[in-house]
Amino acid sequence: MQAHESRPQTILLPVRPAFIAFTLVAAVLMNLLPWSSWLLLIKPDFVALVTLHWCIQQPRRVGFSVAVLFGLAMDVADGSLFGQHALAYSMLAFAGIVLHRRVLSFTMKDQILHVIPLLLANDIIVLIIRKIAGGDFPGITYFFGSFIAGALWLPLCYLLKLPQIPKPDPDHV
Amino acid sequence: MEYTPPPLFNRGPTPLVRLFLCSLLSAGLLVADARYQYLDAVRQVVAVAVYPVQRLAGTPSVIFDRIGDFFVTQARLRNDNTRLAEQNLQNAAKLRQFDSLSAENVHLRELLAARQRFSAGTTMAEVLYAGRDPFTRRIIIDKGLQADIKAGQPVIDEIGVVGQITRVYPWLSEVTLITDKDQVVPVQNLRNGLRAVLAGTGNDGELELKFIPLNADFQTGDQLVTSGIDAVYPPGLPVAQVSNVERNAAYLFARITCKPLAGVASHAQVLVVNWENKAPERPPQPEKSAGGKRRRGS
Repeated sequence: MQAHESRPQTILLPVRPAFIAFTLVAAVLMNLLPWSSWLLLIKPDFVALVTLHWCIQQPRRVGFSVAVLFGLAMDVADGSLFGQHALAYSMLAFAGIVLHRRVLSFTMKDQILHVIPLLLANDIIVLIIRKIAGGDFPGITYFFGSFIAGALWLPLCYLLKLPQIPKPDPDHV
Repeated sequence: MEYTPPPLFNRGPTPLVRLFLCSLLSAGLLVADARYQYLDAVRQVVAVAVYPVQRLAGTPSVIFDRIGDFFVTQARLRNDNTRLAEQNLQNAAKLRQFDSLSAENVHLRELLAARQRFSAGTTMAEVLYAGRDPFTRRIIIDKGLQADIKAGQPVIDEIGVVGQITRVYPWLSEVTLITDKDQVVPVQNLRNGLRAVLAGTGNDGELELKFIPLNADFQTGDQLVTSGIDAVYPPGLPVAQVSNVERNAAYLFARITCKPLAGVASHAQVLVVNWENKAPERPPQPEKSAGGKRRRGS
């Protein structure tokens, strides 16, 4: 809390909706890249990560409808059960929207400690759905992706904030 | 950070209500899809929307491969050329034999009034990416309804069976690999003709023969080919090799693990077999099961 108040902050430009849409589609693209064997074990779910980011940063623009739509897209692209990602992402959107003030008041390092449990919860929802549908637990490596995603939170936040940082005014002294 | 003031009056339902509605919708979709398969049409529509992204996701690797092809060394090309020429020579010799043998086979089958063996065409398809879902073993290939692919067709590579088409979209289709937990292939032991059922385990590179009695003659190293009695896979395609046989008298069945022959987890191109299923009509079920014993594995 104290860290937040003493941190110098730049006033950011408002985000463009087109940029939000672009990042979400790019996240789907990242998810569909042909990952090879060992990368496949630790691949993070980029759509979950980017959706969570926008739900925390822009809770009035990105919310449940985006989560459900991109969840359904991921279900079709993955060939998984229709609606499993939609359910998991809408839970994530809920958590992001409810917790957005709290999470933003922390430093980056502490934000990661919020993000990892949320992504793990996302994994567990999918796991429960698949268990009910008769699947097998795919092993503990299933959860690795969320930790990798937590590690990616910092660079991701920086990247997604880049277009909002105002250009320095040369006339300003 | 947001700079517009929050709406004071028209706020819509609370997040909890929205979550409830979304969960209800998703749960409804899940049940309708998993239990009743009502949503194939919806799936097709979403598939068309996702298609450009799916194609785009495959491009980096294609570009990378092309660049790799461009910088191929002359020594490697020459090596490849000699190897292929040798292989061609060997294959040509085998092909001569094959022609005469297949003519002889047709003749013999005519004599015996047996059903003619199939002849199958194939469609080549590129593998776009492997499904992200860790609960299933699936790959996405770049041919679909437009290329006349139908659900249920077997998919092979140059060595053996890879899997089966399970879902077809307009331009793509989903292949369930034989290593998937729910995928079953009827096979035959090449050495002695024993029939069996080969099931996936959900792990890459591991298959399991199901319901084999303890005394059945399966040995490490046996080749398993499709038996063709299911009228899904054409008979005689190599599938797997027995890698371990474990006979424990405490269990009813032997535990036989196999290794898939085809590069199930690693390929760029596969062949989809267009096999016209010409199985004869099922005989009418007899009133009472004669014998009453299961005829499994023999």
